[in-house]
Amino acid sequence: MTHDSPPPLFEISGLSVDFETRHHTARALHGIDLTVRRGEALGVVGESGCGKSITWMASLGLLGRNAHVRGSAKLAGEEMIGAREKALNAIRGGRIAMIFQDPSSSLNPLHKIGWQLTEALALHRNLHGREARIEAERLLDRVGIANAARRLGDYPHEFSGGMNQRVMIAMALAGNPELLVADEPTTALDATIQAQILDLLDDLRKERGMALVLISHDLSMVAEMTERVVVMYSGRVVEDAPTRQIFDLPAHPYTAGLVAALPDLDGPRRRLTAIPGTVPSPDRLPPGCAFAPRCSKAGDDCNASVPALRAVGAAHQAACIKLHVPAPARQSVEEMA
Amino acid sequence: MTGALSVRDLTRSFTVRERGMLFSKAKRLHAVDGISFDVAPGEMLGIVGESGSGKSTTARLLLGHIPASSGEVRFDGQRVSARFDAHWRQMRRRMQMIYQDPLGALDPRLPVARQIEEPLVIHKPELTEENRRVRIGEVMGQVGLLSQHGERYPHQLSGGQRQRVIIARALALEPDLLVCDEPVSALDVSVQAQVLNVLEDVRARNGFTGVFISHDLKVVRQVAERVAVMYLGRIVEMGEVGEVFSHPAHPYTKALVSAVPVPRRPRNSRIILAGDPPSPLAIPPGCPFHTRCPEARSGCRVHRPELLGTGGRVAACHLVNNPSLAGSEAA
Repeated sequence: MTHDSPPPLFEISGLSVDFETRHHTARALHGIDLTVRRGEALGVVGESGCGKSITWMASLGLLGRNAHVRGSAKLAGEEMIGAREKALNAIRGGRIAMIFQDPSSSLNPLHKIGWQLTEALALHRNLHGREARIEAERLLDRVGIANAARRLGDYPHEFSGGMNQRVMIAMALAGNPELLVADEPTTALDATIQAQILDLLDDLRKERGMALVLISHDLSMVAEMTERVVVMYSGRVVEDAPTRQIFDLPAHPYTAGLVAALPDLDGPRRRLTAIPGTVPSPDRLPPGCAFAPRCSKAGDDCNASVPALRAVGAAHQAACIKLHVPAPARQSVEEMA
Repeated sequence: MTGALSVRDLTRSFTVRERGMLFSKAKRLHAVDGISFDVAPGEMLGIVGESGSGKSTTARLLLGHIPASSGEVRFDGQRVSARFDAHWRQMRRRMQMIYQDPLGALDPRLPVARQIEEPLVIHKPELTEENRRVRIGEVMGQVGLLSQHGERYPHQLSGGQRQRVIIARALALEPDLLVCDEPVSALDVSVQAQVLNVLEDVRARNGFTGVFISHDLKVVRQVAERVAVMYLGRIVEMGEVGEVFSHPAHPYTKALVSAVPVPRRPRNSRIILAGDPPSPLAIPPGCPFHTRCPEARSGCRVHRPELLGTGGRVAACHLVNNPSLAGSEAA
């Protein structure tokens, strides 16, 4: 890679987060590195407590004062960690928008949908009055809400969960974002509604050339929606790979374990291969690889130090010392060095 | 093996008022609307459907937690009533339930071994304390809990371990019927697989009859032999689980199956249904699915389809059973 190539849209490096409680400090993130390219669909998967949401909350300065954030998160080369609130406000909801799992609690129950949408348009696009109203109507219409003009006068409780998520997406689009971070956007929704929302997100991304980060516990859903997947475990990235390889050639034993633990919808029924044990608590992490106590491939050397991400194939990295690096990949590692 | 479950024309409706409207007219909410099915001894029936489809109400009706508006549930030939009398307690000894939220179903102030013991104290007073201790050890072992876990309180266990406690408690009495309501929905993928394997193992050993309710089609295929698909309180399709999911007949089942994310499948092959499910307060006339059905015809708005079919494979759709009733023009 040459040095004068433009910076990626979003670049996180060495991001770590410590949460301070009255008695002790717990480290939720241990130095995350990841990049999002322009227009790319990136999936972030992991189980509860792995830090997949915290990564983005920390990058956008959305964590409370008890969180100590270190490292760097840059939007098109511009540093966001430690940036002034005013600078962040210009980015959040504008160039980067985020939608959350529970749409009904993300909307203000006391204000009409139209009021909430036009507020976003006034803040980020400086649209007011009639202009804002017309744009709000256009956005609602685009996210698939029928009778948009009339529904602007409705309150969130008059909408179903799926409709509220559409409203959240419309609000996210209000600032014409370059990056949309969707944190478990369909987890609270029914299967047929989930299909609608995913379809909408995919269309919007392609139509606007917007980058999408899809955070989910559902590996299969991420596989359908994205081009690249980052797998997280206990506050670290353990694998970063093109989506099609995650299922066909998972490199990290944890990723392979997740794939094997998923039941199939067709084909012969097989016994599920469960990963033994549970995710370690953040204040009692094992010394070396955090997955070692649950890993079938683990040996004594896994406890020596935390494994770093290394290349295991084209655009494919994993953090495991037990991996056999295939020959062509090894070559490209040498070339890079 | 004993324990056939038979459900006939089971209906449950609730009277509700519109939220915040003190003087609004009371409405009838038909949560379960005339469903019938049988579960053979030792068989596991899956029930899938979206929220509001009536699957959890069905679970509560099966165990007699709430009375049915009409219809009946029979287990082993005996009618399950919702009168909490000696007969009900005797039935409940053989019928147990596993809940979705293990933390909510456990007492936070009791060590888990005491909670596994409780059904034994109630239903088998003839057992000595020593007998009970042995039995607790047995069921804890069956679900993969270690003996030291017994002294812990629910908050000291992980989500997967708590769900195992719930399963152990349900198994303590060696039930002949186990009703599972979304037992793995709150668990992470790796732990979900552990719990599903535990259920498979205890079923292979004890051979109980089961009803497994879930919104997750993949999980249902993993554990059940047959599946019933519910929509707005009715069964719209039922049959052998592999058959139903690989060759769905009802348009709703087709949409549900195609909404399941499957790796390596192009996303554009998906059927996207328009709109939300109608409110159970205003179930559409005719076929309740016609408002969202991509294949609906004019007749579907008028005639209510019956659940028909052969060889244990049934569907409630005019297009499948009786195309002449559906009419020719698109609705």
